[in-house]
Amino acid sequence: MLDRLAAPLRRLGRQCINAVWRLGYASRFFLFVLMRSGTSFRRFQLVIKEIYFAGVLSLIIIIVSGLFVGMVLGLQGYETLQKYGSAEAVGTLVALSLTRELGPVVAALLFASRAGSAMTAEIGLMKATEQISAMEMMAVDPIARVVGPRFWGGLISMPLLAAMFSAVGVFGGYLIAVVLIGVDEGAFWSQMQNAVDYRDDILNGVIKSVVFGVAVTAIALFEGYDAPPTAEGVSRATTRTVVTSSLAILGLDFVLTALMFRGA
Amino acid sequence: MENLVEIKDVSFAYEVRPVLKGINMVVPRGKVVSIMGLSGCGKTTLLRLIGGSLKPTRGEVRVAGRATHELNQEELYAMRRKMGMLFQFGALFTDMSTFDNVAFQMREHTDLPESMIRDLTLMKLDAVGLRGAQHLMPSELSGGMARRVALARAVALDPMLIMYDEPFAGLDPISLSVIGDLIRHLNDALGATSIVVTHDVQESLKIVDYVYFMSEGVVVTHGTSEDIRNSKAPFVHQFVWGEMDGPVPFHYSGAGIAQELGLGSSHA
Repeated sequence: MLDRLAAPLRRLGRQCINAVWRLGYASRFFLFVLMRSGTSFRRFQLVIKEIYFAGVLSLIIIIVSGLFVGMVLGLQGYETLQKYGSAEAVGTLVALSLTRELGPVVAALLFASRAGSAMTAEIGLMKATEQISAMEMMAVDPIARVVGPRFWGGLISMPLLAAMFSAVGVFGGYLIAVVLIGVDEGAFWSQMQNAVDYRDDILNGVIKSVVFGVAVTAIALFEGYDAPPTAEGVSRATTRTVVTSSLAILGLDFVLTALMFRGA
Repeated sequence: MENLVEIKDVSFAYEVRPVLKGINMVVPRGKVVSIMGLSGCGKTTLLRLIGGSLKPTRGEVRVAGRATHELNQEELYAMRRKMGMLFQFGALFTDMSTFDNVAFQMREHTDLPESMIRDLTLMKLDAVGLRGAQHLMPSELSGGMARRVALARAVALDPMLIMYDEPFAGLDPISLSVIGDLIRHLNDALGATSIVVTHDVQESLKIVDYVYFMSEGVVVTHGTSEDIRNSKAPFVHQFVWGEMDGPVPFHYSGAGIAQELGLGSSHA
């Protein structure tokens, strides 16, 4: 009887210990990546190659999504604002929504699905096909040579993608509000210019996207490096990357928003 | 003759599962030595101990006089620059061309100008007969070609020790013979020492100088190719001639079939 009651507790305890152990292991891994980043800076062409894979190849999905999100914001914003006679403020609504929240968050979610999952799968497969072991046997540190450049490539790409998402989103809002519905173009742009603050809105949005970039890239690289070297292991690691990254983005977004915009 | 690798009373366990139990082995300089045995008998683990990827739970592995488990990461990497390893399926970097795979170590570890790296890489590729395949990606190579490219990569820095993990696995008879010849000729041409982990008996007996036979984590016999061919030891005889009956049972141990099927009597 006692044993039957103790079993779930024991299982819960084991899961908690495993989770804490894994968190510690991931933190140590992240520390190693930072400590061994010298190669990434000495041979910056490795980072540029990763910026191409993580950033440039994600541009299509970022631009298309940004355009549609901006268009939806334009439509929804106009629909609501025109009831109060302030349809010209739709530019402000679109710009603030994008720079403060939707730009960094949606771009990071897309980045996690497109580039994060690819990083995990690539490193997991490199491990499964002994490419990582081969590198170690050739006296080349895989954390410095493989993980480091991907981390910095992802970190640099993320804010640029978020900026691109917001810019295209604003253009999408303009297309709907000004070109399609006929809101005054001057009012659209001037109200936006007056309302959007460089430090409170744009800079904070950039800070958010940098933090999301660190989180997504670190999670993706750790999951890939830690993946069991089997097809199932790589598949599970890729799924974990998308799920954990998405939750981390949303959780961090709340914390950062609370810190940045309290009292603003 | 001086020994390049000395393995003294080495035991190793993955957590609580013992894999190697008191192994003693020497690999003289300039020789091609084979380690044979059934899958899972600890051959690859032994290679990893020699390469310093694993540390023995007891005993020591000495390479060129230095105990691998006592080396820090910098010293270990310095030692590995003098080693080459051919992995079971080549382990070529899939995002690099054949040429870049072979040039990889030269670019990582030397300050040679690109023109010299090009010449050296083409010479290595020529040695394995694949200079013409320099622009191909690993996905465009056959299994045998990938193994030859991996071999060219393993000898890129003219190592003192070359380790081969199942170099013959999954190859057609022609590729198998080509790889066998290359192992022997590259070893002699470079003045290197080679350790070949394999269970391909007939091919490896043609090219090696000495053989260690392992079973269940211990060395059961050792000798020259001729000694192994003529061995009367039941395990070696069964292994060399591929007999079904012998000390290695056909059935994995478990409950008897009759018992599993719910019948009266049983056999294991």
